[in-house]
Amino acid sequence: MSSENKTKLAFAIVAGLLLIIGMAQSWSVALGIFNLCLISAVMALGVNMQWGYAGLLNVGIMGFAALGGMAAVLVSQAPVAAAWEAGWAKLLLAAIFFIATVIGTRFCYRKMSPGRHRTISMTAIIIIGLLLTRYWLDPAVASIEAIESAKTGFLGGMGLPIIFSWIFGGFVAAGIAWVIGKVALGLRADYLAIATLGISEIIIAVMKNEDWLTRGVKNVTGLSRPVPYEIDLQSSEWFINLVSWWHSGALSALNEADQAELLKQAVIESSSIFVKLCYSGLFASVLVIVLLLSVKALNSPWGRMMRAIRDNEIAAGAMGKDVTRRHLEIFVIGSAVVGVAGAMLTTLDGQFTPTSYQPLRFTFLIWVMVIVGGSGNNMGSVLGGFLIWVIWIEAEPVGVWLMQFGTSWMDEGNAVRIHLIDNAQHMRLFFMGLVLLLVLRFSPGGILPEVVRKRS
Amino acid sequence: MEAMTDIANAIVLLLNFIVVPGLSYGSQLALGALGITLIFGILRFANFAHGDTMAFGTMVTILVTWWLQSKGVSLGPLPTALLALPVGIVFTIAIMVATDKLVYQHYRHHKAVPVTFMIASMGVMFMMNGIVRFIIGPNDQRFLDGERFIVRARDFKASTGLSEGLSIKVSQGLTIVIAVLLVLALFWFLQRTRTGKAMRAYSDNEDLALLSGVNPDRVVLVTWILAAILATIAGTLYGLDKSFKPFTYLQLLLPMFAAAIVGGIGNPIGAILGGYVIAFSEVMVTYAYKKVFVYLLPGSLEPSSLMQLLSTDYKFAVSFIILVLVLLVKPTGILKGKVI
Amino acid sequence: MSFLVGSNMVGGYGGADILKGCTIGVDEGEIAVIVGPNGAGKSTAMKALLGMLDLTSGEVTFKGKDITHLTPQARIAEGIAFVPQTSNVFVSMTVYENLEMGAFLRHDDISQTVEQIYQLFPVLADKQHQLAGELSGGQRQQVAVARALMSQPSVLMLDEPTAGVSPIVMDELFDRILEVRNSGVAILMVEQNARQALNIADKGYVLVIGENRHTDTGEALLADPEVRRSFLGG
Repeated sequence: MSSENKTKLAFAIVAGLLLIIGMAQSWSVALGIFNLCLISAVMALGVNMQWGYAGLLNVGIMGFAALGGMAAVLVSQAPVAAAWEAGWAKLLLAAIFFIATVIGTRFCYRKMSPGRHRTISMTAIIIIGLLLTRYWLDPAVASIEAIESAKTGFLGGMGLPIIFSWIFGGFVAAGIAWVIGKVALGLRADYLAIATLGISEIIIAVMKNEDWLTRGVKNVTGLSRPVPYEIDLQSSEWFINLVSWWHSGALSALNEADQAELLKQAVIESSSIFVKLCYSGLFASVLVIVLLLSVKALNSPWGRMMRAIRDNEIAAGAMGKDVTRRHLEIFVIGSAVVGVAGAMLTTLDGQFTPTSYQPLRFTFLIWVMVIVGGSGNNMGSVLGGFLIWVIWIEAEPVGVWLMQFGTSWMDEGNAVRIHLIDNAQHMRLFFMGLVLLLVLRFSPGGILPEVVRKRS
Repeated sequence: MEAMTDIANAIVLLLNFIVVPGLSYGSQLALGALGITLIFGILRFANFAHGDTMAFGTMVTILVTWWLQSKGVSLGPLPTALLALPVGIVFTIAIMVATDKLVYQHYRHHKAVPVTFMIASMGVMFMMNGIVRFIIGPNDQRFLDGERFIVRARDFKASTGLSEGLSIKVSQGLTIVIAVLLVLALFWFLQRTRTGKAMRAYSDNEDLALLSGVNPDRVVLVTWILAAILATIAGTLYGLDKSFKPFTYLQLLLPMFAAAIVGGIGNPIGAILGGYVIAFSEVMVTYAYKKVFVYLLPGSLEPSSLMQLLSTDYKFAVSFIILVLVLLVKPTGILKGKVI
Repeated sequence: MSFLVGSNMVGGYGGADILKGCTIGVDEGEIAVIVGPNGAGKSTAMKALLGMLDLTSGEVTFKGKDITHLTPQARIAEGIAFVPQTSNVFVSMTVYENLEMGAFLRHDDISQTVEQIYQLFPVLADKQHQLAGELSGGQRQQVAVARALMSQPSVLMLDEPTAGVSPIVMDELFDRILEVRNSGVAILMVEQNARQALNIADKGYVLVIGENRHTDTGEALLADPEVRRSFLGG
């Protein structure tokens, strides 16, 4: 089968799965899954840039997704004026001392010759610098968190429409990725993996602990939306008209009282679907933009150079390509895309909960998407995002159903049966691993492998 | 005289909150890191499934412990889990050897690059994690029984007359004793036995080991067995000392990797050293020193803050920062490890 | 009929054939040397005898037995030992442990062989508890040869044993190799230092692009004007 047909077939299968879910469960559920598929696809595209184009093993996806989520809070929440007032001066001083520490350490590292003197000076600068930073930071934090801690207790955000956070989230993730890349990109592939794993844990730890910035484990709920609220739709005339027009066939057959009842029902259902469709439109636009840019980039001279570096770093280096610099670029860009997806996800959820970021879901699952979909192939990553997300979600009900079916010969109250059915949801982790291993073994390039273009 | 008591109190504080917890946590990390480093030395990849292997072995041990407890079997003052441990080890060995045959062997025969092994280990990690959660659930499980303490804070205070107490839990004492015995046995095995030497030779120079007649399949098999033993014991000790929760074991991956790399990956002594370096740094950096200073400094200089460098939730940050520092200063680790 | 011989060997590492029908052999108590320009397939020919590449045609016999399809491990068990050019010692193990690894397949008492090795390479006796990685280049080469000899092989194959060592060390190493030959072991080696190697060789092979160009005694090859002109620099 040609690769183009294979792509079409694969996506047709995913579409078919979503249709089945829509008909069997509900359209609202199917759309909900579809929206997360879109976000997953964007995330997978970001990881594919790093792994598929450049061979960089980033196991810190969770951290960048969380940075995007934090950006959603920082952009959309209203600023807490009292907190700013209470803390801004000390916070600024703390920031100045922190930056001074970093610059001072760097200066020492650059200008002094290696040896005991340098080590001692650097250690001294770091310790004194951090103490001074803490000296100003701690009271700032205390006074900020003291302000209505049950309601706010943090600085709040910029009070802008949340959709801007999708861009801002990308920049935040890119900025942090740049710092990390500067330190970690010289490392071997497996060390880089472990380093990024560590960084993602640190990012989450910061978000859980720095209440003044993110409210920590108190979470930020009720984020604003880029799309209308269901409740507003249900009372707006144009929407009711739209729904009654859509259902005009069914409505006309009924008497007036039933009509009103059915219409009310339909409006409630449709409002939820309408909101989800709005999100789908927004997410799909982002996906298309990222995908188009990725395809363009991959086929540009820059993309070719990237793949050349991936396939033979030493040869590319010998030909004068600045391998570390290119790696840094792609690491930053890929992380930014993950950050965008993270911001989209938090927007969709309407809340930011640092504890919800778990490596299996936010790092390793994305890896499964990229590997299963086809690393190095953008359409493959999108497919992986869709397919794996559908499996991930549907494995739960299917697993429970299978377990019920498989144990139906047992007694209703059998303890083993209850345990099996109760825990069936966890089998999806097992299936994910199995899918990953099977693809890796029998189709190492993924479902849609990288297309190796031959010079004609 | 009062100055002496103050100093003694400060020392007891440090012993109680830093030395004892650091030693036991360090031993647990060291055993975990030893498994990682052995796999890295012989199979040449970073095994992401190691944390979940620990969870699996611990889970089997817990299930057998519960069964023994229900039968009324106990070890008196010692936890019943020690009796269940061999069963846990056997099951873990079985699953690791099976994993090797079904997953890794293929890539070994095809001379795949280390990254492929690593990604495969992520798949194994998912599957193991699923199995553990499926069987025992995602929640905290407790399985400690027998005596709780070797030294009780109250008794310590009574017998010394100090105002600070020192407590040593049975689980902490056991951890340290078992870790020492296990490490001695492992080193005896690696240094003195034919198979152990073959493993070291294979880790050092695979081609030359093959030229000397070392059977690679046997070396790999023994490595998985050793890793399974170490992982199950490390996991069970950790579970006895703290508590068992599958997610915690996944999170242990990071400090264990850090320990293995900091010490010099592929180097068993390095893994042990790294385990203690990471554990002590975590404990020391997240301990609030206020009380210690209260004892040591005159009243006028008493600190107002907690004197805590970082909040406990940042302990992962500590292992990570040490990891990065060591990699930047000495990429082969404190003791020279492999550079591939 | 030689003791170990690969005849009409054709093959490579999966790509193009590197060996295009060459014949290499060595007899008991004899030193055979393979020389030739870079890329001639000298090391490849030796590795073919050890079974480290697939031959598309030709055969390898050892002690009159066809071993063409044996794995390298099986050939080692038969009594062939090989010293690679690089990474030929276990750097993280002591000299004594290196010797032990050399005798890995033996289950008898090795102390006598160790004594013989120490007589042959006295410096190793002094350094037996030192890590091989801490030794000098020449000492390492001695460890490498000693490790191979520990299996009491009937054929010892050496891949450029003198690469990267000083001339004095090279002379010493050649002396040792002669001693080993005198104990009845067949020695086959690939050498860059063609002139010195042919000096001690009972048999020499000049390989060019995977084929035998000249085959004769070492002495005769040294005397051959064409060999001298083309391969020995006049």
